[in-house]
Amino acid sequence: MDLEYSTEQSLLRDSVERFVRDDYAFQARQKILANGGFSAPHWTTFAELGWLGIPFAEEDGGFGGSAVDLAVIMEGVGRGLVLEPFLPTIMAGGLIAAAASSAQKQAWLTPLIAGECKLAVAFAEPQSRYDLADCTTRAAATGAGWRLEGRKCVVVGGKIADAFIVVARTSGDRRDRTGLSLFLVPADADGLTVRRYDTNDGQGAADLELAGVALGPDALLGPDGAALDPLERAVDGATAAVAAEAVGAMAALCDATLAYLKVRKQFGKPLGSNQALQHRMVDMVIALEEARSAALAASLSMTEDDAAARSRAISLAKIEIGRTATKVGQEAVQLHGAMGVTDELDVGHYFKRLTIIATSFGNADWHIRRVAALDAATRRSAPEQPAPGRTAA
Amino acid sequence: MELKLSPAEQAFAADVRTFIRDNLPPDIAGRVRRGEHLGKDDHMRWQQILGRHGWHAFTWPQEHGGPGWSVVQRYLFEVISAEMDCPIIQPFGPRMAGPVIYTFGTPEQKERFLPGIRQSTVWWCQGYSEPQSGSDLASLATRADDAGDHYVVNGQKIWTSYAHHADWMFCLVRTAREERPQQGISFLLIDMTSPGITVKPILMLEGTHSFNAVFFDNVRVPKNNRIGEEGRGWTYAKFLLEHERVDNAAIGVTKQALSQVKAIAAAERDGDTPLIDDPLFQAKLIAVEAQLMSLEMAALRVLSQVASGASPGPVSSLLKIRGTEVAQRISELGMEATAYYALPYQPGLIAGQSNEEPIGPDYAVTAANNYFWRRCMSIYGGSNEIQRNIIAKAMLGL
Ligand SMILES: Cc1cc2nc3c(=O)[nH]c(=O)nc-3n(C[C@H](O)[C@H](O)[C@H](O)COP(=O)(O)OP(=O)(O)OC[C@H]3O[C@@H](n4cnc5c(N)ncnc54)[C@H](O)[C@@H]3O)c2cc1C
Ligand SMILES: Cc1cc2nc3c(=O)[nH]c(=O)nc-3n(C[C@H](O)[C@H](O)[C@H](O)COP(=O)(O)OP(=O)(O)OC[C@H]3O[C@@H](n4cnc5c(N)ncnc54)[C@H](O)[C@@H]3O)c2cc1C
Repeated sequence: MDLEYSTEQSLLRDSVERFVRDDYAFQARQKILANGGFSAPHWTTFAELGWLGIPFAEEDGGFGGSAVDLAVIMEGVGRGLVLEPFLPTIMAGGLIAAAASSAQKQAWLTPLIAGECKLAVAFAEPQSRYDLADCTTRAAATGAGWRLEGRKCVVVGGKIADAFIVVARTSGDRRDRTGLSLFLVPADADGLTVRRYDTNDGQGAADLELAGVALGPDALLGPDGAALDPLERAVDGATAAVAAEAVGAMAALCDATLAYLKVRKQFGKPLGSNQALQHRMVDMVIALEEARSAALAASLSMTEDDAAARSRAISLAKIEIGRTATKVGQEAVQLHGAMGVTDELDVGHYFKRLTIIATSFGNADWHIRRVAALDAATRRSAPEQPAPGRTAA
Repeated sequence: MELKLSPAEQAFAADVRTFIRDNLPPDIAGRVRRGEHLGKDDHMRWQQILGRHGWHAFTWPQEHGGPGWSVVQRYLFEVISAEMDCPIIQPFGPRMAGPVIYTFGTPEQKERFLPGIRQSTVWWCQGYSEPQSGSDLASLATRADDAGDHYVVNGQKIWTSYAHHADWMFCLVRTAREERPQQGISFLLIDMTSPGITVKPILMLEGTHSFNAVFFDNVRVPKNNRIGEEGRGWTYAKFLLEHERVDNAAIGVTKQALSQVKAIAAAERDGDTPLIDDPLFQAKLIAVEAQLMSLEMAALRVLSQVASGASPGPVSSLLKIRGTEVAQRISELGMEATAYYALPYQPGLIAGQSNEEPIGPDYAVTAANNYFWRRCMSIYGGSNEIQRNIIAKAMLGL
């Protein structure tokens, strides 16, 4: 076991922190937000710094990094409240890397790593909530390829994506675990209506309407009907990534709140001299440390081969991230008084992002149910255990 | 003791329902139902309808032109109003300025200001907080210098809700530096059209404009706009704050918010199961309903004490704390219920200024914004920490 960063990881962290400090101060971030939430020069920087290639294999043109490497970047993304669709693109790249043919990788992954295209994964549907298998969008084989029909919703990063990876059903019924497939759909495909919009955290998303979108045979990514496993893995990976992002945002809020408790004076003394507030601050820092541990557990679990064990660890971590992100966000706002509920201070923006992270890729309730379901399945397949405590000898 | 409404109270409730049904403009009710951010005109239209019927200043005694309702009647009016999607009556005139003026004002002041409040022809705002004086309100530094028949006011107020709509402000200013900061404060009524006043908007985290910074640069305020004695403004302000806290329990609005969350949870499906049948969500929803039940009883207990002549005192702090926490919790569940549709930011729809088809279901449009906005409930009106300090000191002697 080794829980320390390697030299490379430390260097990566330094470079991320430098970028956030020098190029992503809050005022600069708000300018990007006002201009649609995307800076092309920053995207080029991400490519130049190698961030867009971090998790991909060297033979695919990436750097062969791990989930922990990605988490290092994501913590900086959280600290800087970075708006560009880094994670959606990485998540899409992950699906391509896992499932695509070498021609498809050439066509999509190579430009992605070079910073020449932005992708987003369209998995949620209006009725699906967080259930990845709950999919009614259909793809039918035609003589010339595929024809897609259906709706996808709240595709994060979709506001500026050049293409989407769309989850569609090639067989089976609405909530079947088999019969799902992945399709690469350019944003300007005929029959595709992209409704782009802003989100509460500034990230930007889109709803997709697919009305007879005709695609060639090379649009299918991976084997027909077997997309759920790679999709669950990709979403678990993205969950670990937003967990790290949440840690960065929570760390920024703890720093800001601590500084404010020291400088803001009421009743002739700093706010922080009130023990009632000291304890609140201490609980925020405890929550931050818990979040850091949970996020690390999540990233490390991504090397787990057993999908159920991986998903279980990710769910436990996301439950913790949901709880701590909510707490730290709410408390930072409260301890800043009215300043905390203004648009001009960064605190409210971190709070909003943390709120959205808590509801993304499954909220706490959804992950509690997933752990319960995984455990129930394990119990069903295991031999019966004796009851604990004193049993007849 | 008896929890059931008497026949007379039931008849009163029926009257209120009939009046609202016949008079509340449907467009306004729709905006309230959808949780939109209301404009000045929405508030004024409804408040003036109430005013013409004698119900805008519904907590006032008859001698000042109010309906002279019992606490039960007031309570019924508030709960029914919320149930039927009436806008919240803005408190600054009828709940704040009015009672101070009729309790401490001169006959001339009453004659001059009370009719405009009763009829809601005048919008008031509250000028208390300053950049350096939030929780520590008594440290306020906006100065009013004696200039014969008037004061000259200089300084800055902040977080002033709806100053951009307001015709008048009731304002705490310093007329003298004395040993205790609470001394030397005076309570002035200031015409917002006076030369030297500048109102600057401050946007809130969810993107709406309700509060402002207000700057005073040599603003002349006639001395006969001062309430009560010079230097005793703190007494009047404290009188008002205690009343504000009871109002902050906002039971009617919170009950309505809970029914809305239930309706959302009944409409949302998780797989084939309505969210409202999901045991995890149910547990949270029912737990908060139990808290709301206790809160409602607590509010009724306080109201009944007030009716028998007692001042609400520190118990009002308890209502403010729990009232705001319960409302915040309900808004959190409302947002949670909408899952991914909490993400879209739709300011045009929130402001009621767009006919666009909403992204996601109707009820999700304002869900996250409502949650974000409600974080300020534990900050305004004396923060919940300050309310706890009050209970510790005044009730428990700590
Ligand atoms: C099961 C058990 C085993 C123990 N074993 C040992 C042992 O092996 N060796 C040993 O030396 N002692 C031991 N203790 C004693 C323990 O260290 C004391 O109980 C502890 O230090 C608290 O002191 P107290 O009980 O006098 O409570 P007090 O100090 O009187 O405190 C009462 C309450 O006030 C709170 N409080 C006190 N001061 C503050 C403050 N400044 N700010 C906020 N809150 C405050 C406390 O947290 C507590 O809730 C043991 C106690 C227990 C219960
Ligand atoms: C939406 C909104 C509308 C408002 N409208 C108006 C208005 O119309 N008119 C008006 O005058 N004001 C208004 N206010 C201002 C409000 O009254 C103040 O925000 C409030 O008094 C707190 O002051 P502050 O914001 O300066 O916070 P601070 O006093 O700086 O407090 C910051 C934090 O420290 C805590 N704290 C401070 N002192 C202590 C202590 N001794 N012990 C423990 N904790 C402490 C506070 O509870 C808070 O969490 C409004 C505020 C909001 C959010």
